[in-house]
Amino acid sequence: MSLTARDLGLFALMGAVLAMVGMFQSPQLAITILNMSLISAIMALGVNMQWGYAGLFNVGIMGFTAVGGLAVVLIAQPPVPEAWAAGGLGILLGLMLGVATILAAVAVYKSMAPGKLRGAAIFVVLVIGYLLTSYVFGPAKSAVQAVNPASEGYLGGMNLPVILAWPVGAVFAAGVAWLVGKVSLGLRSDYLAIATLGISEIVIAVLKHERWLARGVNNVTGIDRPVARPVELQPLPWVQSLADTMGWSVGQTASVVSGLGYAGLFVIVLALLIWLAERALNSPWGRMMRAIRDNEVSARAMGKNVTKRHLHIFVLGSAVCGLAGAMMVSMDGQLTPGSYEPLRFTFLIWVMVIVGGSGNNWGAVLGAFVIWFLWVQVEPAGRWFMELATSGMADGSDLKQHLLGSAAYMRLLTMGVALLLMLRFAPRGLIPER
Amino acid sequence: MEPLNALVSVTNFMLIPALAYGSQLALGALGITLIYSILRFAHFAHGDTMAIGTAAVIGGTFFLQAQGVSIHPLPTALLAIPFGMLVLIGYLLITDRLVYRYYRRVKAKPMIFVMASLGVMFVTNGITRLFMGVGETRFEDGERFIFSVRDFREYTGLAEGMALRSSQAITIITALVVMVILFWFLNRTRAGKSMRAYSDNEDLALLSGINPERVVIITWVITAMLLVTAGTLYGLDKGFRPFNYFQLLLPMFAAAILGGLGSPVGAIVGAYIVAFAEMGVTYAWRRVFTYLMPEGLEPTSMMQLLPVDYKFAVTFAILVIVLLFRPTGIFKGKVL
Repeated sequence: MSLTARDLGLFALMGAVLAMVGMFQSPQLAITILNMSLISAIMALGVNMQWGYAGLFNVGIMGFTAVGGLAVVLIAQPPVPEAWAAGGLGILLGLMLGVATILAAVAVYKSMAPGKLRGAAIFVVLVIGYLLTSYVFGPAKSAVQAVNPASEGYLGGMNLPVILAWPVGAVFAAGVAWLVGKVSLGLRSDYLAIATLGISEIVIAVLKHERWLARGVNNVTGIDRPVARPVELQPLPWVQSLADTMGWSVGQTASVVSGLGYAGLFVIVLALLIWLAERALNSPWGRMMRAIRDNEVSARAMGKNVTKRHLHIFVLGSAVCGLAGAMMVSMDGQLTPGSYEPLRFTFLIWVMVIVGGSGNNWGAVLGAFVIWFLWVQVEPAGRWFMELATSGMADGSDLKQHLLGSAAYMRLLTMGVALLLMLRFAPRGLIPER
Repeated sequence: MEPLNALVSVTNFMLIPALAYGSQLALGALGITLIYSILRFAHFAHGDTMAIGTAAVIGGTFFLQAQGVSIHPLPTALLAIPFGMLVLIGYLLITDRLVYRYYRRVKAKPMIFVMASLGVMFVTNGITRLFMGVGETRFEDGERFIFSVRDFREYTGLAEGMALRSSQAITIITALVVMVILFWFLNRTRAGKSMRAYSDNEDLALLSGINPERVVIITWVITAMLLVTAGTLYGLDKGFRPFNYFQLLLPMFAAAILGGLGSPVGAIVGAYIVAFAEMGVTYAWRRVFTYLMPEGLEPTSMMQLLPVDYKFAVTFAILVIVLLFRPTGIFKGKVL
């Protein structure tokens, strides 16, 4: 847990900048940036475990966060009894048949001798399994989706406290990561990157199109929140008196208080994770991981099972990403599969890790704060820049309109340039590994 | 039973589109495999590089159209391809000079290259959107069909129709021509041979006096040409949207890995397998079986294995199977 004076200074600077946003722009904006930075910091921690400790390149962060978000819906939403009555059993049976098919195919693969006969047997098993599964699953799915489609049309969740969804989200993401890692680890390092890219696209496709699961692109909204909403806070006397002392409106105060509630929860989770991660990194296990990262061949020669260790750390890191995904959905109170974009949820996190300092947990956290702040603030800055650049042009000219309209894409450019510059000139990041 | 109608239906809705899509993928996958065998990293900016090259072609097309230039019945975009190639060659050489060359010099790990290509991807993506926005741009002109469903029906008298869009025909023919030229280049010319030598054994190639920087430049130039061709053909066929080009990354990688990374023939074969698998699995076979089955036994369901939205799942499944059972690909790639 060693932080030098310089690191503390960097964190203090970041805090001061956020405070200035609160004073000069608006306190709500500062809190929004803070909360999203905290969540991003947790994602960056997860990625830092994979990349910084073990050198694994995960390009599917979006998928793992989305799976974590799904957990919130499945845990916190009330179940839809009509939907369960209409096709709940069919869906469960269909899913089990699907899994059984795959297991049967694996069993055939393992028990028979290699050859054409085995291939044919596996094919037959898969075809029969597919037909059975779709025979059971298809009608049940349609039945569930037909139940009150405007507001429900899905099975709903388990109506448990929403906080419970956070660890469950981590477990979901870990499960997906285990499958991906099992397939692609132990091969060339680039294969993991491509496999994770693929799985994250598939997770999003499933979330978008399986409406019985989480309503797909219709979004699940109004999910229970772990912190009181601003509307519930407004009538409270202490909130009103706080508003008087701060000189803000009551609505503003209530949303700031609610946001601070989330920030408190997130800080607790983040602190716990950092403590655990630092403990792990400085334990024999952490030294082993770094030894593997720095020289796989010699680590293998020392008798370390590199593939297995990689699988462990990959699953752990992805679980942390899943946890962050669940936290994000419970903060927004809604799951919107359409809003998951790889540039925002995968590659931006990478920029955070690289800029912050890969291999250093504190670096990842600082990187998340800096980059998220830039991500939010670059758009207005880009617009300002574009206005400056086009000020010489005639008003109403097409080119000027086009350039002004494109200011939003300045973000991507800025992030890319930041990543490239850091990678080239300060590859160890803002807070280097020691 | 009407097997002829079934055949026409399959050709119209599956074989022709898959052949066109496969050709577009093949050109992209060839680029991936070339970069992989010469520069030795997975080029993540591939899809967005394709997009920016296509954007240049679209710009050129609009300029030519404004000048009244036309090569009717062919699309004007074909004329703008050389311009797009020049732009993309310039762009790739500049990125190589600014980004990748340094890492080659310090002999960085492959993962650092991948990371750098991620940064390039961001920047490229931003530039493309700056010019083109995120919406769809269509730039095809000229004759839309070589023959339409109606022509075909009138000519053959069959119940089922078939159409051949000119963009599809152009795609298939162009891809063939490009592949032939590429293989001639790799096998017959001095520069191509030096590329293959460098890819086989870097040190030996150095000893025989091959200049690595020159090989790298040739690789980027060829990649740029392949990407502009592939991107323009894809755009003519399906319209230009930057995000779709980014998403082509996965099928292109799957094709290259399936064929064996580093093997050009493999990339082409892999691309067609991926394209046919995607189309075959997401195609609704109902019509075909309606023609094939005896009367009274027609299928009632769509006979579609997976909804179209899951075509990425098909690609991914192919990738997983390859990684599990034959990580070197069909044509033994050089790497594991």
